[in-house]
Amino acid sequence: MDLSAINPVLLVASLMVAATPILLAAIGELVVEKSGVLNLGVEGMMITGAVCGFVVAVETGSPALGFVCAALGGAALALLFGLLTQYLMSNQVATGLGLTLFGLGLSALIGQSYVGIKAPATPRLEIPLLSDLPVLGRIVFSHDLMVYLSLALVAGVWMLLKYSRAGLILRAVGENHEAAHALGYKVIRIRLTAIAFGGACAGLGGAYLSLVRVPQWTEGMTAGAGWIALAIVVFASWRAWRVLLGAYLFGGITVLQLNLQAAGAAIPVEVLSMSPYLITILVLVVMSAGRARAALNAPASLGRVFHASN
Amino acid sequence: MTPLLTVEGLTKAYPGVVANDHVSFDVMPGEVHALLGENGAGKSTLVKMIYGLVKPDSGRMTLRGAPFEPAEPRAARAEGVAMVFQHFSLFEALNVAENVALGMEAPPPQHQLAARIREVSETYGLPLDPGRIVGDLSAGERQRVEIIRCLLQDPKLLIMDEPTSVLTPQEVGILFETLRKLAAEGTAILYISHKLEEIRALCDAATILRLGKVVDSCDPREKSAAELAEMMVGAKLRRPERAKRALGEVVVELDGLSLPPASPFGTPLRDISFRVRAGEVLGIGGVAGNGQDELLAALSGEAQTRPEAIRLHGAPIGHLDPNPRRRIAVLAAPEERLGHAAAPDMSLTENALLTAAIRQGLAVNGFLKWPAARAFAEKIIETFDVRTPGAGNAARALSGGNLQKFVIGREVLQRPELLVVNQPTWGVDAAAAAAIRQALLDLAASGAAVIVISQDLDELLEISDRFAALNEGRLTAPRPADGLTLEEIGLMMGGAHDMEVAHVDG
Repeated sequence: MDLSAINPVLLVASLMVAATPILLAAIGELVVEKSGVLNLGVEGMMITGAVCGFVVAVETGSPALGFVCAALGGAALALLFGLLTQYLMSNQVATGLGLTLFGLGLSALIGQSYVGIKAPATPRLEIPLLSDLPVLGRIVFSHDLMVYLSLALVAGVWMLLKYSRAGLILRAVGENHEAAHALGYKVIRIRLTAIAFGGACAGLGGAYLSLVRVPQWTEGMTAGAGWIALAIVVFASWRAWRVLLGAYLFGGITVLQLNLQAAGAAIPVEVLSMSPYLITILVLVVMSAGRARAALNAPASLGRVFHASN
Repeated sequence: MTPLLTVEGLTKAYPGVVANDHVSFDVMPGEVHALLGENGAGKSTLVKMIYGLVKPDSGRMTLRGAPFEPAEPRAARAEGVAMVFQHFSLFEALNVAENVALGMEAPPPQHQLAARIREVSETYGLPLDPGRIVGDLSAGERQRVEIIRCLLQDPKLLIMDEPTSVLTPQEVGILFETLRKLAAEGTAILYISHKLEEIRALCDAATILRLGKVVDSCDPREKSAAELAEMMVGAKLRRPERAKRALGEVVVELDGLSLPPASPFGTPLRDISFRVRAGEVLGIGGVAGNGQDELLAALSGEAQTRPEAIRLHGAPIGHLDPNPRRRIAVLAAPEERLGHAAAPDMSLTENALLTAAIRQGLAVNGFLKWPAARAFAEKIIETFDVRTPGAGNAARALSGGNLQKFVIGREVLQRPELLVVNQPTWGVDAAAAAAIRQALLDLAASGAAVIVISQDLDELLEISDRFAALNEGRLTAPRPADGLTLEEIGLMMGGAHDMEVAHVDG
C-alpha cells in the first residue's frame, strides 16, 4: 500500500465535491421535516433532478440551465408528493417510498437515450489571486458555483430557522399544526412551500451528481445518496450545521476509501465501499445519543396527517 | 351605551348537526359575559366564528357599530379580538417569547418582546420568564403565556374558552383578579364555561345555549347554581346516590411507587403510597400534567415497576403487564377515549374484545368467539344506555358521552376487584356524567376498590370516600372527603405555585 499516493490537498478538495449532492438534498429535507412533513422520496427526487439536469444540459449545452431545470424537476415531483399527502391526505411514509420508486423508473425512461454521453463541463470558479493561493486556494477557492451555493444554503437555512419570523412560523407548523392553524397560519400552504423547496434542493443535488461529480448519466446513479441524506437529517438532530458536518464526513470517507482502494490497501473492497455509510451513521449516532433532550429538536408533528376540522 | 359586539341570527350547520341556530346576543364594553352550556351546546363553534376560525352560514355580527366579518383569525386580531383556547394553542418545543410572537401580527424583535412580556406579566401579576421552553411549564404557567399573548395586543374583546379546567382553585382566584382588572379597564370578556359557581362569581351577564340555540339569558349573580344548571340542561338533575357501605379489607396497596417519565415532557412519579379497601372510592385530584397519566399507567400495567411497589391482596403485582393484571381483576379506563381507551375505527364489538377477551372468555386457543363478544358489547350498550345504532358501529361514530359510558361500562361489567379510571366524565354531558358516577358508586357498593383520577373537584367530592392530590408526581396523604373545603383541596394540590407571591405584590 502506498499512502504517499494520496494527496491531502486534492483529498479535501474532492471531498467537498463528493459531499455536495448529499448536502444539498439533506438541507432541503431538513426544511421539509422542520415543517412537519416526512418525505422519504428524496432518492426519487434526486435522480429525477439528475436526469432532468443532464438532458437539458446536453440539449442546450448550458450546465446552468441544466441545474435550473433539475431544481424544477425535483420540485415538480415533490409537489406531486405534496398534493397526495397534504390535500388527499395519503400516508406520508408510503407516498414517500412510492415517490422514490416512481422517480427511479421515470428517470430511467427519460434518460434511456442519454446513457454514455458526456455532459458539458461545468466551469470552475477561478477567482483571481485567491485561487492561486497555495493549498488554501486549491481547497477553498477553486470549486464550481454549486459548492458555494450549497454552503450558502446551509447558512441561509440556519439563519432562516433561527432568526427569521418565517422560520419561526415554519417551526411552529412542524411542532403543532393544530395550534398553528388555530392561530390562523396556513399550514398546508406553508408545508407545500417547504416540500417544493426540499424537492428543488434534492433535484440540484442529483444534477450535481450527473453534471459535475460523475459527469455522466447512468440508471440509478444516485445509489442511495438520498437515503443517506435522510439519515443525516435525523442523526444531525435537525440542525443545519450538523447536516453540513454529516455530509462532509460522508463525502470525506467516500473519497478516502476510493483513494485507499487506488492505493491498494489490504482491506477488502466491499468493506471500504460500505465504510462511508457505516462511519457516518456511527459518528452521528454517537453525537445524538446520550442527550435525551436532543430528541426535543425533532418536530413533534413530523409525519402526522393534518386535517383542518372546525 | 352601545354594545361592543352584537351577534344577530348567527347560524352554522355541519353535516347532520346544526351547531348554532340563529344565535343572538350583545356584549357591552367592560362586561364579563358568560356563554353557558353543556358540551356540544355550540359554545366553541360560536366563539370560533367570532374569532374568524369558522365562517357562519348566515347571520351577522357588528363590532363597535361596524359590520364585522373576520375571514381569518388575523383579521379578528386586527380588530381587537383575542382568544385564549381551551386546548392550549402553544408550541412545546419553543420558548415563551417565540410562542407569544407567533400570536402577534407584527411582533417586535425578540429582545424587545422579552422586555414587554416581563412588563405586562408584572402589571397583571402573572410572572413569566420569556426565555423558558413552554414544554417545561406547568399548566397554569402555560395559560399565562396565552393570556399575555392576548394582552400584548391590547384587546377590546377577550374570549376565554374553559380557562379554569387546568387550574388549582388558588390559580383560578388569581385569574379572576386579572380578568376583573381587565374588565375595569374597559375590555369586554366573553367567558365560556360550564362551571356554574365560577360564572356566578365572575360574570355580569350570561347567555345560555342548549343544542345550538339561545335558550335564556340572565344575570348569573342573581341565580343559584341549581337554577343555572336547570337552564343549561333543561331538566332537573339527579345527584348520584351514595349507599352507606362497610369497608372491607385492603384490596390494593401502593408502597413507595416511583416511575421515571415516559416522554421528555412527562412527569415522574415520586414515592407514592396509599391503600384502598374493598368498597372504597379513592378520589385523586390535581392539575393536569402532575402525574395522572403516569399513575394510571402504573396501576393498569402499561408501565411496570418493581413488583413490591403495588400489591393486590398482599401479592406483589408491580411487574405485571396489563393482561396478567386483567386476569386478576385489576382493570383500568384511561382518560383519552379515542386512541387509548378505544380504537377509533374499530367497532364496539371489537373494542369490547380488546380489553374483555380474558375475563369474559371471548377468545379460546387464540380464536375469537364473535357471538359471545357481540353479546357482551350489546350487554354494555343496554346496561349503560349507550346511544348507538348497534354494536357494529365504529367507536369514532359515538358522541363523547356515549363512548365514555361504553368504555366505563366495559370495565365495570367485567367485575373488577380494582378499577382505576382517569377523567371518567371529561367532556361528557351532565346526564351521562351522572350515570357514570352512579355506576362507579354502585361498583364500589358491590365490594370493589375504585380509584377515580379526575380534575373535576366537584365530581371527586361527590363520589369519593377519601381524597388525595397529585402534585408534580407526589401524592398527598389521603384525607376523608367529607368536610373538605375547596381551599384545603387547593392547598393539597400545591396551592398557586409561584403565583401567590405576585398576587400579594400586585
